[in-house]
Formats: sequence, C-alpha cells, structure tokens
Amino acid sequence: MKIFVLIKQVAAQGSVVKIDGDGRWVEETNLVFTANESDNYALEEALLMKEAHGGEVVVCTLGPERARQVVKDALAKGADRAIFFRDDQFADLDSNALGEVFARILREEEFDLILSGLQADDTGEAELGPILAQKLNLPHVTMVVETELPDGVIKVKQELEGGWFRFVEADLPALLTIQSGINQPRYASLKGIMAMKKKEIREITMADLGITAAELSAMQSITRLYIPEKIKETTFIEGSAEEIATKLVDVLSNEAKVI
Amino acid sequence: MGKILAYIQCANGDPTRNALEAFRAAQLLAADLEYQLSGTVFGAHLPDSVKALKMDQLIHVQSPSLMSYTPELFVAAMDAVMKTESPDIMIAGHTYQVRDWLPRLAGQRNCPMVSDCIGYHIDPELIWVRQVFQGKINADVVTSAEQVIVSFQSGAYRADQLENGNPSIRAMEVDLSQVTLHVRPGEKFQDTKDSIDLSHAERIISVGRGISEEAKLSIIHELAAVLDAELASSRPVVDYGWLEHDRQVGSSGQTVSPKLYLAVGLSGAIQHQVGMKNSGCIVAINKDAHAPIFEIADYGVVADLFEIIPQLTTALAERQKA
Ligand SMILES: Cc1cc2nc3c(=O)[nH]c(=O)nc-3n(C[C@H](O)[C@H](O)[C@H](O)COP(=O)(O)OP(=O)(O)OC[C@H]3O[C@@H](n4cnc5c(N)ncnc54)[C@H](O)[C@@H]3O)c2cc1C
Ligand SMILES: Nc1ncnc2c1ncn2[C@@H]1O[C@H](COP(=O)(O)O)[C@@H](O)[C@H]1O
Repeated sequence: MKIFVLIKQVAAQGSVVKIDGDGRWVEETNLVFTANESDNYALEEALLMKEAHGGEVVVCTLGPERARQVVKDALAKGADRAIFFRDDQFADLDSNALGEVFARILREEEFDLILSGLQADDTGEAELGPILAQKLNLPHVTMVVETELPDGVIKVKQELEGGWFRFVEADLPALLTIQSGINQPRYASLKGIMAMKKKEIREITMADLGITAAELSAMQSITRLYIPEKIKETTFIEGSAEEIATKLVDVLSNEAKVI
Repeated sequence: MGKILAYIQCANGDPTRNALEAFRAAQLLAADLEYQLSGTVFGAHLPDSVKALKMDQLIHVQSPSLMSYTPELFVAAMDAVMKTESPDIMIAGHTYQVRDWLPRLAGQRNCPMVSDCIGYHIDPELIWVRQVFQGKINADVVTSAEQVIVSFQSGAYRADQLENGNPSIRAMEVDLSQVTLHVRPGEKFQDTKDSIDLSHAERIISVGRGISEEAKLSIIHELAAVLDAELASSRPVVDYGWLEHDRQVGSSGQTVSPKLYLAVGLSGAIQHQVGMKNSGCIVAINKDAHAPIFEIADYGVVADLFEIIPQLTTALAERQKA
C-alpha cells in the first residue's frame, strides 16, 4: 500500500483567535499551530494500514514556512517521507486552486490511497477531498469512520447524520476523507523523533510545478471577518467561584425553575 | 435574467428539512435579485410538497438510477442539468450527502463552491456569509466566476416561511450510460439502537474537551448526581474514548431538548448546537467569553470549570439539605 496523507496546519483547538487589523484574517503572531484534527486521524489510519499491509506513507502539506512542523511531526510518528509545498500566499488559494496544486503533485506519483481530513478546522469548507478526487479522476468516500482492505478494493464505514451509517466499497486507487474518532492517534516516540531527522522532506514551490499564479487565481475570497451577533440575550453570572455557584443555584431554581 | 437552480434532496419520499431551508434561501435570493428560480429533484418520485413550492420551474430528473445515492451518478446528473440550465447560482442544503458530492461537481465544473453558508447580503455585490474557526468568527465571501455553487447550513433559514406556488414541471432526461461506477454505497443502517436515550432527560450536563482528561470527569459525575442529570458530551470526548458514543450530542449524535442543558468546557460548534439548541434553558460554563455556545446560552459563566463545578456541586448539595 502506498498512501498519501494530506495534512493542513491550523490554529490549535481552543485557540483564542483575534481578527487582524486588515479585517480579513486572524492575528497569527500569538497562535499555536498544529495539524488539523481530522488530518491527525487520517495519518493514524494510514500508519495502521501500512503496519497491517506494508508499504509507504507519504505526508503532504501546503502552507507557509511554519507548516513544515506538521510534516516533521508526521515523520516522527512514522510517516516515511514528506512533500512540503511552501507558499506564503497559500491563504489566498481557494479549494479549486489547492486541488489543482495537489493534483499536479500527485500525478507524478503512484499510490493506492489518498487520505485527507474531512474538513479544516479553520476555514471549514470540507471541499478539498472530493475536488482533488475529481481532478485525479479517482473515486472518493467522505466521512469515513472505519476502513478495511480486502483485495483490490477498499471497504469503509461512512458516517451519516444522526447516528446512521452505511458501508461503501470503492475501487482503488481512491481518496477517503477521514472523520475524527476512527482510531486513537499515537504520539511520536523519542526514537521516532530521532528517526525523523533522517527522513526526506521534499520541498517544492509553485515554480517547480510549473504553475503560474494566474492559473491559481482564487475564484472566491474573504472580504471581511467579524464576530457573530448573539442570538439570545445571555445573563452572565459573575463573582467569586462560590458566589457564582450560589447565584446559579438561585436563578436555576427561582428564575428558570429547572431544578 | 439571472438564474438560480436549487437541488431539493429527498429522502423516504419527502424533501429533507435542510433542503427546504436552503430552498427558502433560494426563494429569498431569487426575489432580491429578480432571478428565475428552478428546483431539481432526482429519482422516480416527485413529492407533492415540492410541487407546491413557489418557483418558476421544477425540474424532475426521473432516472431510476438516481433513486438511491451514488456520488458519481449524482455529479453526472447535476452536471447535465447545469449544462442545459446554465444557472448563475446553484444552491443546496449542507447535508452529509451534499458534502459528499457537491464539491466534486464544483471541481468538475471548475467553479467556486461556498459551503455551509449561514446567509447572504447584497451590498451592492452579492456576499455570502459563512462561519470560520468553528463558529467563533463570521466571514463575508465574494466570488468572481460566472457560476457559483452554494450550500446552506442546517437551520440557517426557516422552512416554515417557504412560499407556495404552482411551478411548471419539466421532466428532464439525462444520459448516465457513460458513467462507470467506482463507488458502491450500501444500505443505511443504525448501529445498535442507542442504549442510553437522552431525548427524555429533563436535565443534562454536557461536557466538552475543556475537561482536559478522563480522570477529571469525576467532578462532572458528582455534579450530575446532585443535579439528578444525565451526562452527555461533545464529539471529541467520545472520540477520545472517555464516554460512550451514546452520550454524544450533535449532528452525528443524539438530538436533545431537556429543561436544563448545562454545557461545561464545550465551545458550541454548529455540529453540536444542532443537537441541543432547542433545550429549555441553556447554561454555559466556559473560560472563553467568545465561545460560540454563549450565542445561544440563557445563562453564562466565563470562568475556569475546575473552580466552578465543585462549588456548584456543594451549593446544590446544601440546597438539598436545607
Ligand atoms: C461532520 C461533522 C460532524 C460532527 N458531529 C458532531 C457532533 O455530533 N457533536 C459534537 O459535539 N461535535 C461534532 N462535530 C465536531 C464539532 O465541529 C466540534 O469540533 C466539537 O463539537 C468541539 O468539541 P468541544 O466543544 O468539546 O471542543 P473545543 O471546540 O475544543 O472546545 C473546548 C472548549 O472548552 C473551553 N475550555 C477549555 N478549558 C476550560 C476550562 N478549564 N474551563 C472552562 N472552559 C474551558 C474552551 O474555551 C473551549 O471553548 C462534528 C464535526 C463535523 C465536521
Ligand atoms: N493547505 C493544505 N495542506 C494540506 N492539506 C490540506 C490543505 N488544505 C486542506 N487540506 C486537506 O483537506 C482537508 C479538507 O480541507 P477543507 O476542504 O479546506 O475543509 C483537510 O482536512 C486536509 O486534510
């Protein structure tokens, strides 16, 4: 099995994000960046498949210099090699442009599977997987919560709304988008971190792929970010922890009458 | 005249709720822009409730192979419809099915897809509004292409405000014979019927990733005992294996509407909100004043849960003694 895993570097879960002066993105200086949550599960699934069936796991990210860290982390966990598409303007690329870049990279490679996360926690579009599959003319299945590899095909369990599922079979090569919870992602071991230093990180840029900026010009862009308006009037309860507890018990029993 | 084409997803012979909500967005947009509005239904059956919706034209793609969902056929069918119709805007509800095939169609047609929108405004150009950073921030998005595909979030528009009408119905043939199927979806099923049914619980304490580790759940259990509440959680807590799957609330978990929903260390992403926003009284304890859960909370406490929860347990225990 040769498996490619797409990993996006995003602001860590629980980050307090502030809109930047331009009003079009968030202030990045104080943010901690990590691998997107579902991508982490995708990497683990690839590593498990490799352990069971042999082969190679290649991780692939596109982002500014800081994004190098997510491929390093993946190599430390056991991925074999990495492709780092370094591009400082990457935030301006839309899903179609990203799909085009990854398609160019992957057309040069042979693979059985491409795994991505089901959606990026920052922009939340949930588009790149199916778009890339289309560009590479591959079958795809989204929101995968279980995988099985009988001969020549992949069988997956796909999550649907409200606790429903279905099994889906797809021919290989295929692209899957992975849902969180499919496995328990590992941490890098010390040995893994040492081994990472000897692994290949192939760095490529737009020029290497022969893509011009015009070919990738975004068809959609963010013009403004803002804090959402509140739907309900929230009564905030303040004070010391003890005071808050007392007041809360009081409003819940006397005002809301729910206890 | 500009054109809007809406995909009306049906299941078990009826349009899905999210499809109707998105169709309401399409009706409003068609009125605002003075565009022509067409709806599209796939499969042999055309529900009466769809025939009664206000639109200019209802396109029925009857092909029996569209009765059940396969991504390759749906992409090919909609591509064919869009080729004949050339809509400026194609609209759908952001359901799991739509998430599966609509981006692929956007790739095929090389047109932008603005996904999971919560609204639009015209100022004077058309601006789509969607959430970023898991609902903490809204983004205005513009597109520059002849055609745009847009999906709308569940609950973004109200299906009960749909206008009725008498559309002309057009049966459309699409040739799907050239499509080779590489994806074979099986039948839908539910995993073992939920053994914990939270839908009848009067009080629920729902815990999120803010609890930080499994061992800390003990303080939540203690509170649940004095509050006589059921325990629920966000998805990550279940993903980590800290609570049974049956306790997950949200789009991929249970839908609940207790008298009291106490959300603890939980951000309130849309996929969580859809499962609990109809609760009677929503109380949120979160250290981030900008957590989206506060957008729908009746009472809020901006503080460290590890300081508040034990105090709350004590206060409730004292009240019971009194
Ligand atoms: C297709 C799909 C389906 C999904 N289905 C579901 C679903 O059914 N249910 C669901 O819940 N999610 C679902 N999700 C995931 C959802 O998008 C969010 O990622 C998830 O709900 C976040 O969980 P959380 O609030 O526990 O974690 P986070 O978003 O990480 O929030 C943790 C919160 O805890 C607060 N916090 C941290 N420490 C403390 C402290 N000491 N005291 C007080 N507060 C603290 C933080 O400020 C933060 O707001 C789904 C996602 C997708 C893409
Ligand atoms: N810049 C990127 N680099 C690597 N992978 C990406 C990038 N952007 C998106 N992806 C992958 O595509 C998935 C879906 O992203 P999105 O369509 O942006 O929500 C993510 O979970 C990643 O696996």
